[in-house]
Amino acid sequence: MVNTKVTLSGISLDNPIIPASGTFGYGWEFAELYDINCLGTFSFKGTTAESRFGNPTPRIAECPAGMINSVGLQNPGVDNVISEQLPKLKACFNKPVMANVGGFSVEEYAQTCAKLDKEPQVGWLEVNVSCPNVHGGGISFGTDPKMAAEVTRSVKAVTEKPVYVKLSPNVTDIVAMAKACEEAGADGISLINTLFGMRIDLKTKRPVIANKMGGFSGPAILPVALRMVYQVYEAVNIPVIGMGGVSSAEDVIEMMLAGATAVQVGAANLVNPFACKEIIEQLPSVMERYGISSLSEIIGGAHHG
Amino acid sequence: MKQTFLTIVSQQRIADNVMEMCLEGDTSGITASGQFVNIKVEGLFLRRPISVCDYTENSLTLVYKIVGEGTRLMAEYPAGTVLDVLTGLGNGYDTSLSGDAPLLIGGGVGVPPMYNLCKTLVAEGKHPTVVLGFNSKGDVFYEKEFEALGATVTVTTADGSYGVKGFVTDALPTTYSHFYCCGPEPMLKAVYRATSTSGQFSFEERMGCGFGACMGCSCKTITGYKRICKEGPVLQKEEILW
Repeated sequence: MVNTKVTLSGISLDNPIIPASGTFGYGWEFAELYDINCLGTFSFKGTTAESRFGNPTPRIAECPAGMINSVGLQNPGVDNVISEQLPKLKACFNKPVMANVGGFSVEEYAQTCAKLDKEPQVGWLEVNVSCPNVHGGGISFGTDPKMAAEVTRSVKAVTEKPVYVKLSPNVTDIVAMAKACEEAGADGISLINTLFGMRIDLKTKRPVIANKMGGFSGPAILPVALRMVYQVYEAVNIPVIGMGGVSSAEDVIEMMLAGATAVQVGAANLVNPFACKEIIEQLPSVMERYGISSLSEIIGGAHHG
Repeated sequence: MKQTFLTIVSQQRIADNVMEMCLEGDTSGITASGQFVNIKVEGLFLRRPISVCDYTENSLTLVYKIVGEGTRLMAEYPAGTVLDVLTGLGNGYDTSLSGDAPLLIGGGVGVPPMYNLCKTLVAEGKHPTVVLGFNSKGDVFYEKEFEALGATVTVTTADGSYGVKGFVTDALPTTYSHFYCCGPEPMLKAVYRATSTSGQFSFEERMGCGFGACMGCSCKTITGYKRICKEGPVLQKEEILW
């Protein structure tokens, strides 16, 4: 028997698999497809203070081994999440959930997090300072260490729950970003968000995405994510949640060897709605194949020796 | 929604760049005319959404136009190929609103979903009139198939090379109880203006997942934000913001 349990800021997860924000709604939508209690947890759709429609369509483009999205944080707003979404989730998910929060000002992040802090089912706050699809929004917080630290401090001031800051890969020095968040009190780091990208339609000779550019995700970005998780793990003393292109149990193990305590799965859910369930089912046999008896023991394993 | 593996029984070209693919397997996920399926195409990342043309308990017919890399690859699949398909996506048409003499309007690649709808309405004892619009004679397909269902069929071509010269709006009957429409957006808008009864429009949008998870295909309606893949692709005329 292999052990897939990991611990994330004092909360035990049955396994490290976490569907990433924006690919799993508020969870209850996927409960129609399978029992989502098999998940470690999941990160719910990025939530802002007010409801948002998001960006104009087309919002999606095909890419080699991946996709671009430019959804623009469409969500029903934090009050609706608390009054409508979380009660629906409670009926089908009996584990703590990761609450993903977006924002456009330091005050907004704090205000939204303060409301979610009172929700018993919220286990962790994941503060997204890195959405590439909102102008004047998250991204400036995600590319300036001082701003990321300020958001972190303001959120930490209003919550007792562990705060994970989700970082953008669209920076020169990811380690400086992670360290700034750690110094500001972050309990952990989530990385990476999508890479800024674009496609152009040869027929119309215009960008495919209405907003011209968007966030590139999928298997193509796995090596970038692994490199950044590896670098950040080495530089900080707080847990790292690794994500970016993960689509198999092998990818999960690779991400954990790079330094991830838990692993998020994003774009893969959009192609295969059962992706996370299948990864969880495959994990024990893949662990056995590579002689791994306990997943928590391999975290950062690639750094040794 | 149901994930299923369907085997291609046959595939043939039925008009310029238009393919008819017949598959067999479990289609129990499909619950209404006007729904779509989302197909995994080897070598591409995102699935390709294709409207259901016709289905039975164990067969599925898809008619699609070769417009990009996904459909070009699909067209090359030989019989026997097994496809990973998400079935029963979207809301589909509501036939309870049709009345006795519904009007079905399909334009180009918007024609296929009208076929199973027509079949269903006929089976319900209704008397559908069908107007099919194409650009040119070489694009025309399924005229005889609709006639075989017992519907009255008019075909229009924009260049006049076949049937009535003009657009579908040049061939609409004067009386009908309700309408159903699928086609390119300029056609939908023209039909919206040219019709006076209640009706249903089927929309197309670039999709990420096709089952409501990614919010890639959202649109605004009078009744709030809707996902084309989940609360659509069929919207009631009264809720469209035009």
